[in-house]
This record gives sequence, structure tokens and C-alpha cells, in this order.
Amino acid sequence: MLRRIFRRLLRTSSHVHADVDDELASFLDSRTDALIASGMAPADARAEAIRRLGGASLTAARQQLHQSATQREKHMRLREGLHQLRQDVRFALRQLAKAPGLTAVGVFTLALGIGASTAIFSAVKPVLFEPLPYPAADRVVMVWDENINFAGREVSYGSFLESTERGRSFVATAVMRSWQPTMTGPAEPERLDGQMVSASYFRVLGVPPALGRDFEAIDDRVNGPQVVMLSHGLWQRRFAADLSIIGRPITLDGDSYTVIGVMPRDFEDVLLPAADAWTSLQYDMTLPQAWGSHLRMVGRLKADVRAVDADNALDAIARNPIAEFPRAKWALQRKGVSVVPLQDEITRGVKPALRAVLGAVALVLIIACVNVVNLLLARGAQRRGEFAMRTAFGAGRGRIVRQLLTESAVLATLSGVLGIVVARFGVAALIALSPPGLPRIHAIGVDTSAFLFALGLTSLVGLGIGLIPAVQATRSDPQRGLQQSSRGTASGITRNSLVVVEVALALVLLVGSGLLLRSLQRLFRVDAGFDAGSLITMQVQTAGPKLSNASATLQFFAGALDAVQRVPGVQTAALTSQLPLSGKPDRYPVHFESAPTPATDFESMAFAYGVTADYLTTMRIPLRSGRRLDARDRRDAPIAVLLSESYAKRRFPGVSPIGQRLRVGSNDGPWMTIVGVVGDVRQASLALDQTDAVYIPSEQWRNARSGGTARAMSLVVRSTADPATLVPAIKSAIWSVDRDQPIMRVATMEGLLEASAAERRFVLVVFEAFALVALMLAAAGIYGVLSGSVTERTREIGIRTALGASRATILALVIRKGMVLTMLGVVIGIAGAVAASQAIVTLLFGVERVDALTYAGVVGLLVIVAGIACWIPASRAARVDPTVALRAD
Amino acid sequence: MALLKGTLDVLVLKTLSWGPKHAYEIASWLDGRSDGRLTVEDAALIQALHRLEERGLLGADWAQTEKSRRARYYRLTSAGRAHLKAETERLTDYVDALTTVLTTRTAG
Repeated sequence: MLRRIFRRLLRTSSHVHADVDDELASFLDSRTDALIASGMAPADARAEAIRRLGGASLTAARQQLHQSATQREKHMRLREGLHQLRQDVRFALRQLAKAPGLTAVGVFTLALGIGASTAIFSAVKPVLFEPLPYPAADRVVMVWDENINFAGREVSYGSFLESTERGRSFVATAVMRSWQPTMTGPAEPERLDGQMVSASYFRVLGVPPALGRDFEAIDDRVNGPQVVMLSHGLWQRRFAADLSIIGRPITLDGDSYTVIGVMPRDFEDVLLPAADAWTSLQYDMTLPQAWGSHLRMVGRLKADVRAVDADNALDAIARNPIAEFPRAKWALQRKGVSVVPLQDEITRGVKPALRAVLGAVALVLIIACVNVVNLLLARGAQRRGEFAMRTAFGAGRGRIVRQLLTESAVLATLSGVLGIVVARFGVAALIALSPPGLPRIHAIGVDTSAFLFALGLTSLVGLGIGLIPAVQATRSDPQRGLQQSSRGTASGITRNSLVVVEVALALVLLVGSGLLLRSLQRLFRVDAGFDAGSLITMQVQTAGPKLSNASATLQFFAGALDAVQRVPGVQTAALTSQLPLSGKPDRYPVHFESAPTPATDFESMAFAYGVTADYLTTMRIPLRSGRRLDARDRRDAPIAVLLSESYAKRRFPGVSPIGQRLRVGSNDGPWMTIVGVVGDVRQASLALDQTDAVYIPSEQWRNARSGGTARAMSLVVRSTADPATLVPAIKSAIWSVDRDQPIMRVATMEGLLEASAAERRFVLVVFEAFALVALMLAAAGIYGVLSGSVTERTREIGIRTALGASRATILALVIRKGMVLTMLGVVIGIAGAVAASQAIVTLLFGVERVDALTYAGVVGLLVIVAGIACWIPASRAARVDPTVALRAD
Repeated sequence: MALLKGTLDVLVLKTLSWGPKHAYEIASWLDGRSDGRLTVEDAALIQALHRLEERGLLGADWAQTEKSRRARYYRLTSAGRAHLKAETERLTDYVDALTTVLTTRTAG
């Protein structure tokens, strides 16, 4: 074996060739001699010998042999290389096994870093790095009507028709609205999430059904046949993947719908991820609410059209009405439209949060790597003797670097394997923690690309953590190394600066989570305008032919409310058409008689609530002036309306609004009289100061939207007992009136408050976890460096003690070193944090990016932790016995 | 008669079991022993030698021939010897079986 290695080292490619040439020449000579001996003429003998060698000429024969010889040599070199690698890896494993503590800490730290990064990468990938799951997804856009105050408003069917007919930018366009039918049949009733879509919806997304047919124009006629498309999930769950479902009827909301198709298994409706059923929109333009802005519009751009081109083209159309497309007076469309890529639309809300989380995990990974580099450097210092020995035996610098890199690569690989396990758990935790609005949550998982990400990360980490120690180890002079000298200052400086880096990065993370924590505290200190304690809410739906007319629906709600009020433990109960902080708010234009606003001025949009008499008392929304709603406000009485406080002040500065009149929705509806002013309520979110609201008695509620009477109402109950225990009694009270009506979204009001801050809380939890890890790693880094330096300086400390230095002096000596490093890190970290906090600025609420209190608190925490990390090695140093120390070397 | 696939290696090993030889000696030895019935291509022989050397079954050293030329002498390694033994058994067994089958008289 050894001989072969030596020979290989001596043999280059030209050597190989020369060898073969010599052998061939000698072979030919022998053959020629033999032929001559058997009586052939010398010239003929030579030719014959070459012929027998298989070549037309000597060169051809030679070339052939050379080729196979070179190839053999290549094989051999490869095998030698592999062999050497195997040896390196085996040696590295032995080295790692020799220091099990260090290996365990290193592997664990890196696995945490790699695992956390992979988990976060998996979670943010579908939103940040992947196109939507549609063919040519970049061509799918969302179309909004433009408006003064709001970036985008939903479109009306009229403007959809006009932009579709007149526009030239799209291959297909579609509008949709949400639809929640209740499916009845042999199994128990189930409420489905779905959409009513115009015929081209799936062509816009570019995904045809897997089974059956797509919607056609003929399905979209007013009063056309009722048809439904099923999701793959619903088809499997409720119809046992029955292929014969196509063409069969199913019952939705008491009506018969024919199933026309089933969408593919991997189809994701990003506009409504929970969608299980789609039906045709069959929009009736003759209804009075036809110009209401309540449809979402999507389009697929032609191949050569950019979103901005389509935007301009549709703007031009909007500005130039033509007689062929008459518009309602209040149509929003004339202000123009905005065309936004669907990808941006879907992900815009969560991008800042996800970017912040991604940044945070990158910091954690860096800190983890720095920590492990420090460990390896400390070990490198101990192994200097070994390297010097190997150098002395003739191992080149490259050889030792390679050996160290192999060691770190092996360490990283072990961590990578463990990291993937960590990532699995991490992803599960992230999904459990994720805010409800996180788009494409179904696409989150540890998949191939996550594996590749982890693999790439592992190699980078392996190289990164190996390089510094390797360079460090080989820089030192072998002569000095052999003397087992322990004063390695070059590596000391490197390790000190790495600790400074660690402290700085940890501070950045700590500041981030500190700012988020303060934001959340501020947010929950915001007065929502109502008393959320011991309030329980649920949504009561009405469905089915029994309740097909308005008065039957009203009667059901009245009966249900009455029954609920009689449940023991219920203090007050009320129904409302919408709940504050519960999701998508319902806003309508409001027109005041006193100060008429142009039909297109939608500055006066307000949240409109249809409520029963006890709503304000149940929610404990205070009355400021006038009266509350009460039994007087019956269906046939003049319509009464309440206004929120600051809205009233703005619209009626200095005068009482009581007795003034307004209209809600279209400007030709009935006038309503303001009878009272009530306190402001945070409607959409605690963080949004939008409080303009009107409250209308539900009996008088003329819904400006289709349907006339609300088919779903939210029940709010204030209880004397623990609200959760009342839920079964409340449900059975409602079902005692009609047992076929579904009850959904049972929640406590406090839960809704919590949920409205879910995104911030998610980022906060992730930041807190990461900051904690970072803090611990930084502390470990400080501890490691100091304790290494105490070990190295045992002799010096011993001398100092012998010369009369007190215990306190020694303590101070070590702690000062640690604190100098910490403070350097703090200074750099503060600068970094000020810059980095820009990334989370959209997530902050009520707190400045440079918030002195947060910074001071974080620095204080870091200094205390660093102090503890310094104390342990310092007290060890102080206990050094000079007699032992002086003998140590 | 051309050689059956795979038999050249074992023939080379057998030749060398009598002592080190250079390539031409091996060729003429094989020619002589088989009375010219086994035709070994010169090129194939040299390649076989290199292949066997690389597998560690042969060793090789440069030395002087009787006619004081330089030539590469091949010799069996212990691995080569073991390989020869195993292959010889396998091949004779095979030839035996082949002979039995081929020499069975057909009925009638």
C-alpha cells in the first residue's frame, strides 16, 4: 500500500506514457528477434511484430495502450482520493469523539441554528420566494376600483363588465364574492366555505378541473341552472371520491345544485384558501344594489402586457365613459382602477413580518456559528502541539487545513442531520403559532427545497466554521507549538472579536423583541371602546327554504335572542350584523342631509351595524348624548340611527347631531334620524384609529347589499359566570327555536382581541425565542473565552497572587476583560439595532424605533447576563492557588 | 482458436506461477504450451498485464533480460496466487460440466 502511494506520487502522466513506451519497445524487440531467429528477414520481422501488436503502425498501437494506461491511472487517483477522504473523515470522527462535550455542544448549537433557519425558510418560502401555484402566475392580477381614501375598493359588476368588454389587456377576467352554503343530505349538515364566481374564474387562475367541466358563459346567466364545482378535499371527504358524482345533484342551502366538476388535488385557491365549493355568480344587474362595490376582480394578462400597462389602459377607459356602458351615478369606476399582481396582493400584508422573522433567524444562525468557531478555536489552541508534531513529520499546511475543514464539515453534517429534525418540529410549531391571515399556509412544509436549503446551509456552515480555526492553527510557528507554549495571542484576538460580534448580534435581536413587546403592551392598553371581559360571541346563520323570506328570518332571530336571554347566567344578549375586530369589516358610504357630499366622495365611509336594542348595553359602549335604541324602534317606526362620538363631532362641529338625518349605502334610500351618540369603538383592529360607525336597529336594517335582510348575525352575550361554560346552554337555546340553523365561530371577545394582534404576537414570539437563544449563546461565548483565558493565564494569576494581589483584584481583572468585550459589543450592537429596526417598523405600534427605554432595558439585561457569565471564570481565577499554579507548566 | 472471454487473465497468472516473466516471454510461453492453438493478441496481453497489476494480482519491476535488454518483469503477488487457485477451480469445473453435456450421446 505504502509503495503504491509513493509510486503514485512519483508517477505523473508523462511517466506513465514513458513506462508503456519502454515496455512496448522491449516487447517489439523480443518479438522481432524471435521472428528473425525463425528465419524471417529483419525488415519483415519488424513489420510482422508491429502487425501482431494489433496496430497498423507502431504509433496506433502505442496510442491505444496509452489511452487505457492513462484511464487506469485516473481510476487509481480517484480511488486514492476517496481513500484519503475516508481516512480524513474517520480521523475527524475520532477527534470529535475524543472531545464529546465540545462535540455535543457544537452539534447542538449548530443544529439549532440550521434547524431554525430551515424551519423559517420553509414557512416563508411560499410567500416570499415562490410564485403562486398557477401557470404563468405572474400574469394573474387583481383589479381594484380606485378611491380617494383607500388604495383599493372592490369593484361593482358594472365596472367589471365595462372593463372586460372594453379592455384589451386580458386573456380572461372574472369577479367573485364569498359564499357560505350549508350542505345538507344524508350526513349531518355542514357549512362550506366557497365562492360565487363568474364563468372565467378558473381560466384566469389557469387551472382546469380534474374531473367534469369548467364553468361556461351559459352557467352565468341570471336565473340559470344551479351548478357547483367541488374541491378535491370535499369530494373525497363527503363523496368518497365517487367518479359518478358529476351531473348528480347535491343540496346546498335547501336548493338543488348540479355538480359539474371537481378541482385537482393540488389546486390552491389563494383568494380563499378554505374554499370547498364554487358556484356561478349569475349576477342580476337589474337589482338596485347592482352598482355596489362588493366584488373582487381578477384577470389574466396577455403575454406581452405588463400590469402597469393594463392599469393605464383601464384608467383611460374609466375616464372616458361611453353611452354603450351607462354607469350609476355613484359608480366608483370613473376614478380609475389599480391593477396589482395577485402575488403582491396576497402577500403584501405579511411580507414585513416574514422578512423580519427571516432576518432574525439569520442572526441566530450567525451567532450559533460564531459560538462554534469560538469553541473550535479554543480547542485549536489546545491542539497546537498536535499540529506542530504533524508539521514536523512533513504534513503540509494544506494537508492540515484540509484535515481541520474535514472536521468542521463532519461536525456541520451531524448538525445538519439533527437540524432537519429540529426543522420538522419547528415547522409544526410555526404552523400552530401562525397568525390566521398567513397566506398559503397549506404550502408550508419541510420539502425537497427545504432539504436542499438545509444542505446548502450545512456546507456553508461547515466551511465557515472550519476556515478561521484552520488558518489560525497553521499560522502559528511549529517551533513554538512544540514547546507547548500557552500564550497564543493571535487566536486570542480572534476569539475576543468573535465574542464582540456575538454580543452585538444578540443585542440587535433583543432590541427587536423588546420593541415588539412594548408595541404589544401598548396595543393591549388601547381602549377598544367596549368591555371585552366575560363576553361571548358566536355567529348564527340562517339557511334553508324555511327561512327564505325576510320576516321568517327576523322572527327566527327574535325568537332565538329571546331564548338566549332566558338562559340562566346570561346577563344581557344582543344580535349584531357585524362584530368589531372580527375580520372583514362592513363599510358603507354615508350621506348626511345637512352637508350633502357628492355621490363619489367616499371619504364618509363608515362601519354600519345592524343591532338589536341591547347591543350597546351588552357591549358596554357608553352613551354620550341622546338615547339608546329600544323597543320603540320597530320595523314600521321611523328609522333611528346612532352615531359614534368622534364621527359626530367631525360631521357636526359645535352642534348637536340629534335629529339630523342621514342615508346609508346608496343615496336614494330612506332617511334615518340620528337619535343618539355613543362612544368610539376600534372596529377593524386595535392598531387602526378608524372608529366612524353608525348603528341601525336590526329590524329596520335595509341592507344596502343584496338579500335585504341579513342572513347571518353575530350573537353577543354578557354572562355573569365564566362565559365558556354557557356555550352549550346558549346553543341549545337557539336550537330550541330551529334546530337546523348552524352556529359558528364561537369565541370570547377577549379571544377576538387577542386574535386581532395575532400577527404581531407571532413575530414577537419568534423574536423572543430567538433573542433568548442569542442571549444564551452570547453568554456562553463570553464564558468560554474568559474561562479559556483564565486557564491559559493560570500561571500569571498565580504569580500575581503570590506577589500579594487580593482576591478582589483578580476578580476585577477577569471581569473587566469580559465587560470590555461586552461593552464593545453593546456599542456596535446599538448601532446595528438602530439600523435593523427599520425592518420591523411596520410592526411597531405606539413606540418609536429608537425607544430609549427599550434600549436601556435590553442593554441592562445583556450586561447582567454577561456579568454572570464573567463571574464564574473570575471566581475560579480568584481561587487559584499560587503554589499549584506556579508548578502547573 | 480465439480465447474465451475472461480466460486470458487466468492463463497469464498460470504462466507466471512458474516464476517472473516479461511480456514477450509470457506470449511465447503460452504459444508454446498450447502448441499454437491459443491465439493471444499481443495488445490484449499487455493490457491484461497492466489490468492485473492494477488489481494488485501482479507486481512488476524493470530488469535486464538474458540478452541484456531492459524489460518489465511481472510476478505473482500472494493475492494473485490466491486468485489463480480460485479461478482454476472455477474454470476446470466449468469445462468439466461443459464436456459432460457436450459429449452425451444422443439416443439413436
